[in-house]
Amino acid sequence: MAFISVFEVIGPNMVGPSSSHTAGAASIARLAWRMLHNKVKSVHFTLYGSFARTYQGHGTDRALLGGMMGFKTDDVRIRDSFEIAEKEGIEFSFSANTIETDVHPNTVDMEIEDITGRKLTVRGESIGGGKVRLTRINGVKVLFTGEYHSLIVVHKDHPGVIANVTTVLSKCKVNIAYLRVYRENKGGIAYMIIESDEEITPNTVEEIEKNGFVKDTMLIRR
Amino acid sequence: MDFNTAEELLEICKKENKPISEIMRLREIIYGESNADEVDARMKKSLEIMRNSAHKPLKDVVRSIGGMIGGEAEKLEKRRTEGKSICGNVLTKALIYSQAVLEVNASMGVIVAAPTAGSAGVLPAVLFALEEEFNLDDETLLKGLFTAGAIGCLLMKNASVSGAEAGCQAEIGSAAAMASAAAVEMMGGTPEQCLDAASITISNMLGLVCDPIAGLVEMPCQSRNAAGASNALTSAEMALAGIKAAVPFSEMSDTMYRVGKGLPAELRETALGGCAATPTGCALKCKIFG
Repeated sequence: MAFISVFEVIGPNMVGPSSSHTAGAASIARLAWRMLHNKVKSVHFTLYGSFARTYQGHGTDRALLGGMMGFKTDDVRIRDSFEIAEKEGIEFSFSANTIETDVHPNTVDMEIEDITGRKLTVRGESIGGGKVRLTRINGVKVLFTGEYHSLIVVHKDHPGVIANVTTVLSKCKVNIAYLRVYRENKGGIAYMIIESDEEITPNTVEEIEKNGFVKDTMLIRR
Repeated sequence: MDFNTAEELLEICKKENKPISEIMRLREIIYGESNADEVDARMKKSLEIMRNSAHKPLKDVVRSIGGMIGGEAEKLEKRRTEGKSICGNVLTKALIYSQAVLEVNASMGVIVAAPTAGSAGVLPAVLFALEEEFNLDDETLLKGLFTAGAIGCLLMKNASVSGAEAGCQAEIGSAAAMASAAAVEMMGGTPEQCLDAASITISNMLGLVCDPIAGLVEMPCQSRNAAGASNALTSAEMALAGIKAAVPFSEMSDTMYRVGKGLPAELRETALGGCAATPTGCALKCKIFG
């Protein structure tokens, strides 16, 4: 059975009112924010299920926007995230999708564009008690929680890429806790998600990026 | 040092000759990802956030986002300071603090989910009422938090602390079970008595539904936090008097989970039944969301 920390019971420390609708929302957006290389230029949030029906009363919108600026669950700036985002020049909008029902009840899609014009679409789910997971990156189904030091390698689905990446990690003395690969189709774009107990350094990432089939990397420190 | 059941926890307490709080603290140091100083500092921070959220609305009344709650703690405090309270100081203070935390929570203030945001008032209420009436020091309150954490951990592993999954009994019921065990340890009870109190608490809240009006963490959540706090004190008093729980804690948490799973979806946080589905509940929803 997985270890449950005392601070998962007495915690999270958070801006109210709901661990799933407020703290979870902030965590989802912050996790996506940690995947970015540059400042956010614009973001559109599409809310589903219970998120869509009750987001205003739970401050879900403010929490999502706060997370997209890097605010943690207990950061009181979440309350003023609309004003802060406007001051920072970040464009943001929300829409509620109440038609789509084949989703986890607390789901959000985030369409993000950074200041260099790079786009990223991420789907997140708030699964209770403030715990979250990302389930889609650019439309590809994935599973990712950000609880470990993580590296996402975006690469062409091609023989030898995984072996190359794991060899580099092994050389850099990174012990892989979990490794999962998701792809959109055969020979298309694949997402390799590596979770590790040790911190993965930018040097290791640079080494991985030397592989010609690697299109992009996202390093997410715990 | 890790445990999956109440029996295992009691066995470790006996073998190590330590209270539940110390077993839970050592467990965190061994298996968590931080050392003793970090664990203690983190718990102290949690205690400070709890203390602030339990006292702030007494000076500074805040309205909730939905507008259904705000000012309840102050009303109770006024009555208490006028000497009119019918509940006595410990219980009245617990009621006050439970209301205060939910007011802070519902106005987007900072709270500690314990185990959830909607049930966050119960544990601080019991802690700070006992602190004031029995002159407890911070060290004792921190022990209470670790003991509460152990009970919550057992419930997360073997039952649920989610209203959406198993109703309010799993949220405020769990919070109250945690708080009752904390109260027992802080007041000098044994590990067995802590689990007796937790079991009695759950049995007294068994079947409680989760039916938030307009789907918001406001009403009836706020008054149920008061009920949770008083339930916690009731069962702590019983356990400290040597009254045993009729059903052991591990069986009680199993049955709480089964009862919760048996609740219809309308009564598990969907805001489609219970208080939320009353004519008044529906009218409030329309007023808030238009």
